Amino acid sequence: MQYLDEFRYEPLALRLINQIAAETSCHRSYRFMEFCGGHTHALARYGIEDLLPKNIEMIHGPGCPVCVLSAGRIDAAIRLAKQDNIVICAYGDLMRAPGSRGNSLLRARASGADIRMIYSPLDALKIAMDYPDKEIVFFAIGFETTTPPTALAVQIAQRDRIKNFSVFCNHVLTPAAMRHILTESQSLASQRLTIDGIVGPAHVSAVIGCKPYQEIAKNFTKPIVIAGFETLDILQALLMLLRQVNTQRADIENQYDRAVTDQGNYSAIDAMADAFELRESFEWRGIGHLSNSALGLSKKYCTLDSEKRFDMSAVPVLDNPACECGQILRGRKKPQECKLFGNACRPDTPLGACMVSAEGACAAHWAYGRFRDEVRA
Amino acid sequence: MSNTHRRSKIDLIDGVVELSHGAGGSAMATLISEIFYPAFNNDLLLQQNDQAIFNVDAGRLAFATDSFIVSPLFFPGGNIGSLAVNGTINDIALGGATPLYLSASFILEEGLPLKNLLTIAKTMGTCAHSAGVKIITGDTKVVERGKADGVFITTTGIGVIRNQIVLSANQIAPGDCVILSGEIADHGVAILSKRENLNFETNIISDQAALHELIQLILEVGEDNIRVMRDPTRGGLASALNELAEKSDIGFVINENKIPINHSVAAACEFLGLDPLYVANEGKLIVVVAPAAAADVLGAMRSHSLGRQAEIIGVATEDSRFFVQMVTRIGGRRIIDHLSGELLPRIC
Ligand code: SF4
Repeated sequence: MQYLDEFRYEPLALRLINQIAAETSCHRSYRFMEFCGGHTHALARYGIEDLLPKNIEMIHGPGCPVCVLSAGRIDAAIRLAKQDNIVICAYGDLMRAPGSRGNSLLRARASGADIRMIYSPLDALKIAMDYPDKEIVFFAIGFETTTPPTALAVQIAQRDRIKNFSVFCNHVLTPAAMRHILTESQSLASQRLTIDGIVGPAHVSAVIGCKPYQEIAKNFTKPIVIAGFETLDILQALLMLLRQVNTQRADIENQYDRAVTDQGNYSAIDAMADAFELRESFEWRGIGHLSNSALGLSKKYCTLDSEKRFDMSAVPVLDNPACECGQILRGRKKPQECKLFGNACRPDTPLGACMVSAEGACAAHWAYGRFRDEVRA
Repeated sequence: MSNTHRRSKIDLIDGVVELSHGAGGSAMATLISEIFYPAFNNDLLLQQNDQAIFNVDAGRLAFATDSFIVSPLFFPGGNIGSLAVNGTINDIALGGATPLYLSASFILEEGLPLKNLLTIAKTMGTCAHSAGVKIITGDTKVVERGKADGVFITTTGIGVIRNQIVLSANQIAPGDCVILSGEIADHGVAILSKRENLNFETNIISDQAALHELIQLILEVGEDNIRVMRDPTRGGLASALNELAEKSDIGFVINENKIPINHSVAAACEFLGLDPLYVANEGKLIVVVAPAAAADVLGAMRSHSLGRQAEIIGVATEDSRFFVQMVTRIGGRRIIDHLSGELLPRIC
């Protein structure tokens, strides 16, 4: 498998870096948001920010599904996991995500709860078939990338009458969050904190296509370039954004056309439409309640909804008041400006959304970038 | 070894470990004489005493112990037995010692097929033999089904240090070179590829190996220019370098371009959401050496089968925060941090 190297190929990267430098006007600054945690992680991991002109600033967006999951919902899952006969199945990403008082699925498992790490919701279905006497709850999280597999599992469970399986649905929607961020950014235009363009999601867009972003680019007059997760992808997308900004365009462009089409993946979109419906409102950690921003199981599959089968009510949990995640996710502050960063808040003791997963802005800065910070007294 | 000539009283084809095999009675004696004695076969063990008694040269001794648990027990390139023998041999050799003797303690789970135990024991015998090491004492306990994962092995080893070289992390000075003996992450990926719930097709095999010969060669060539050596096992290259940085109050700057990695291993890590820098190795060596001797040591390592792909991957630097930094392939910089908690694959 050679393709990884092709997309990180250094001479090409250096050429793109030079082109970016040439395209950047020294009379202004550029603030681009990479929406996805995957891009945040890649920027830090490949050291890309070091190589960009100083007047290009990257703002790390909310596209990290583990980060934005509210602590109350993690608590609800842990509460359920502690009951007899319940097996919670979750992706590895979620195991360390903190609920209230430092609780996590990993901790609950250590104290005896039956929590299993899976790689696909179909693994959870298999466990349900293997243990007909237990209740198997799939803790579903993620943006549109992980939503179709959940839809498929729900359809199979219904078809095959797998009665001891249910889904605790926490799927959230990219376009809704993007609209919210841009609406807020507009109100900050006067403070020069506006966002000049967005690096759009890779895998999410492979599912939903470019189309859902068209209206966003138009309404907010902001360029959006959908980009893959490799070094060359990101550099090329930044160059495309720069060119749009410099020529006052606000189009949706697709850098990641080896995986993303205009219309997206029809069968995945159909499966999602069948299995889910919009929730009126949903809490995003670090951001707050956003309307029409998340999915719940549709009526057709309501018997498979863990929230209907069990008491999964989420008690609101307030993050530490000193946590600056809200400001960071909106591009108003940097992780190192938070008083808690690196002190009380570290990847093994996360206090806010941005430190929860490796893809969060604070976690990425801690893990990869903190050598650039001044030594604190 | 009169027992091997008698008819076997245990069924090595279909039999399984039973609680009686750990009870100290005749069943246990049979297990030991049918499986362990023939597999480990050496004069000191076959004296069949509660302890092994031996002479050593005058000088310093190196002494190390390690416990081994691995799932699955058998993986491409080895099994828990080879890990248990080579792992402890490596721990001893890293101190500059020639490994001599090992002990092996087994915790067996009731129901473990005897043929699996036999394979593991034979592998241990073969590994020890080819390393010139003897397994001279041991112990066996059996626990009820469900109380262990097939078999757990603890090995303890002893070796003699025949030179005056002192190896220690606190000798590392800024400017010292960091040499890595070969491709990273093979072992961890080989194990993951066989986990029940993953099982992906690959031909990646574990790199598990005894490093004592390579280490002796390095010491002969580098002598007291060698500051310290480490085998980057659990936690991978990243954890080993961080540990060295902290113990020696220095930092490291590593070059991503120089770190050897196999293409399929890199691809598997990408697909599993793992960073290969944190994935386990079982036959790799990090050598920190004074710059004057680096080229000679590198040349010597490349002349040995276990060091063919050795590279100078970076240097020690002055750094009050003891960061391990990496220059990425495109020339950016980042930290290689400590691993926080267990390595969990990412999906979303
Ligand atoms: S460092 Fe922690 S507390 Fe501070 S903003 Fe980031 S996540 Fe919140």
